Amino acid sequence: MTKIFKHRLVLPIAALVALILVNTISRPSFVSITVRDGQLYGSVIDILRNSAPLMLVALGMTIVIATRGIDLSVGALMAVSGAVALTIIDGSGSPDSPATLGIAIAAGVTVTLIFGAWNGFLVSVLGIQPIIATLVLMLAGRGIALLITGGFITTVTSTPYKFMSQGYLLGLPFAFYVSVVAIVLVALIQRRTALGVLTESVGINPEASRLAGVRSRGIVWGAYAVSGLLAGFAGILYSSNIMAADANAAGQYIELDAILAVVLGGTSLMGGKFSIAGTVIGVFTIQTLKSTITFLGVPPAVSPLFMAMVVVIVVLVQSQRVRNGASKLWATVSSRKEAEVAR
Amino acid sequence: MKKKLIGGIAAAAALALAMTGCAGGGGGGDDELITVGFAQTGSESGWRSANTESMKAAFSEENGFELVFNAADNKIEAQIAAVRSFINQGVDAIVIAPIVEDGWDDVLTEAKEAGIPVILEDRTVTASDDLYAAWVGLDFRNEGVMAGQWAAETFGDTPTNLVVLEGTTGSAPANDRAEGFAEAIEGTAITTLDSQTGNFTRADGKTVMEGFLQKYGDTIDLVYAHNDDMALGAIDAIEAAGLVPGTDIQIVSIDAVKDGMLALIDGKINFIVECNPLLGDLAAGLVKDVLAGKDVEKKIYVEDQSFTPEQAAEVIDERLY
Repeated sequence: MTKIFKHRLVLPIAALVALILVNTISRPSFVSITVRDGQLYGSVIDILRNSAPLMLVALGMTIVIATRGIDLSVGALMAVSGAVALTIIDGSGSPDSPATLGIAIAAGVTVTLIFGAWNGFLVSVLGIQPIIATLVLMLAGRGIALLITGGFITTVTSTPYKFMSQGYLLGLPFAFYVSVVAIVLVALIQRRTALGVLTESVGINPEASRLAGVRSRGIVWGAYAVSGLLAGFAGILYSSNIMAADANAAGQYIELDAILAVVLGGTSLMGGKFSIAGTVIGVFTIQTLKSTITFLGVPPAVSPLFMAMVVVIVVLVQSQRVRNGASKLWATVSSRKEAEVAR
Repeated sequence: MKKKLIGGIAAAAALALAMTGCAGGGGGGDDELITVGFAQTGSESGWRSANTESMKAAFSEENGFELVFNAADNKIEAQIAAVRSFINQGVDAIVIAPIVEDGWDDVLTEAKEAGIPVILEDRTVTASDDLYAAWVGLDFRNEGVMAGQWAAETFGDTPTNLVVLEGTTGSAPANDRAEGFAEAIEGTAITTLDSQTGNFTRADGKTVMEGFLQKYGDTIDLVYAHNDDMALGAIDAIEAAGLVPGTDIQIVSIDAVKDGMLALIDGKINFIVECNPLLGDLAAGLVKDVLAGKDVEKKIYVEDQSFTPEQAAEVIDERLY
C-alpha cells in the first residue's frame, strides 16, 4: 500500500482526479458520455480531443527539458505549420483531394522540422543557451506565419483536412488517436531503446556523458528537431480545428502550458529523469482545468487567478520539501495530542 | 529561470524596437510629407486586418503622408514602447488604436509635452481627454444595443436562454458591447445563463461554446458573440453537438467581416451588427485638420449598419472586407 503512495505518479494522478471530482460534484453531467450518431459525446471526449495539440507539444517539450533545455518556439512553430498548410490548400484547385492534403501537411511539418533543427543547431553546436536560442523563433516565427498568410486569417474548406481535428473514428475523435500514436511512438523510441537513458544522462551531466562516450551533441540536436516536428503536427491539428490559419492566436502561450504540463508530470526543469506518463497526465490536468473554468462558471476577470491558484496548490503538494515539512508538523501535532491524552 | 526568460524577452523587444526605429528614421528626410506614427494593436482578426489596410491606404505617400507602422501583437507594453519611440523620432502626429483603456496617462502626457498631437482610433482610453486631439471610432455600446434590440424583438416575451461569448476581458468593445446588449434586453424574457471570454478568437470561441453546450445542453436558445470570429467558432461547436446553428440555437454577433457575412447568408448566423473598420480616411482627415490648427470634434462616431441574411446577400459582392 505504502509502495503505491510512494510512486512518483501518484500526486499528478491525484490532482487530475481531484479536478474531475470537483467538476462532477458541481455538475454530474461532466462525466456523462452519450452516443450521438455513432459518436461518443461529452465533456471528457471534448477534453481528449482538445488536448491533442498540447499533448504533441508537451511530448516534445519533455524530451527537450530532459536534455536540460527548453523550447519556447513551439507556439510560434504551430502558427507557421498551420499557415503553410492552409496557404497550400487555399491555393490549390482541389482542396478535397488526398494529394493536396498530403502535400500541405508534409510541407507544414517539414518547415517546422527544419526550424526545430535550427534551434538544435544553435543549442548543441553553437552552445547558445536554450532559452535565448529558441526565443529567436518564438518572436520571429509568428512574423513568418503572418508573412505567409499576408496578415489575414486564411480560411479554407477541405473535408479531409477538417476530419483530422473534428472527425471521428470508431466513435472517438480522430485527434485523440493522433495523441495516442504520438505518445506510443515517443515512449517506444525513448524507453525501448537506449535513447531515453542517453537523453537522461546528457541532462544529468553533459560533460560526464560526453567523456563516457555519449554523443550528446546529436541527442540534444535531435530533441529540438523532434520538438519542432511535433509542434508542426500540433499546428496542423489546431488549424484543422477551426479551419483557419490564425497566425496570432495559434498556439499562443502553449509553450508555457507545455512546460507546466511537463513539470506537473514530475519532470524536473533541471533536466535528467523524465516521465512521459507524467506529461500525459499533466496535459489532461491542464485541459481539464480549462474546462473547469467554463463548467464552474468562473467569471472571466478572475479566471487567470483561479488557474494560477490551482497550479500553485498542485505544485506545492508535489514539492518534496513542503511535504516533508507537513509530515513533520503533523508528527509534532499528533505527538503532542498523545502526550495530552497520556496526561 | 523566470528572470532569465523575462530578461531575454526584454532584450529581444528592445532589439526589435531599435530596428523599427532605424527604419523610421532612415526615410524621414522628406520635408513635404507629414510623418505619422501609427500604433496598431496587432493583427488578431479579420476586422483588424481590414482596419490596417484602410489606414495604410489613407496614410499613403500620394495623400501626403509618410506612415511609420507598428503592430504591437496585442502586448500593451510593446504598444506603449512603440508610441514612445514615435515621440523620440519626432513624428508630426501619432495615431493609436489602444489595446486596453487604462494606463495611457504617462505616455500621452509625454506626447503632449513634445507637442505631438495624438489621434485615437477604434478603441478609447480612460485618460483625461485633453491629452489627445480627437478620437474616431465606433459606438461599441450602440452596437451592443442594436444587437440587443434585435434579440428583444425576435424573442420578446418568449422565455429564452442566452449565453454570451465575451471579447478580451477589459477591452472597451467587450465592456461596451456587453453593457449595451444588457440594457436593450432588459425587461424581456431573455435570461443570461452564462457569459465567458472567448478572447475574440475562433479557437477560444469554439472551446467556450463546447463547454456551454456540455453544461446546458440544448436548453440554450441564443448566442450573443462579441465578434464574428467567436461566432464562427461557436457554429463549429454547435454543429459538432448535433444541433443546427441559426435554427436550434440562434446567433447574433458584431463585426460583419467576410466570413461572418457568408455564414449569415447561409443562415448559420441570424443577425450581424456591423463594426466598420474603414476608419483610415477619417483619421487621415483628422490628422491634417489638427496639424492645420483647425478645431475638431473630440469624439467622432462612425455610423454602423446591421444586416439580416437577406440584406447581407444583397451587399456581399460590393463589400471591401
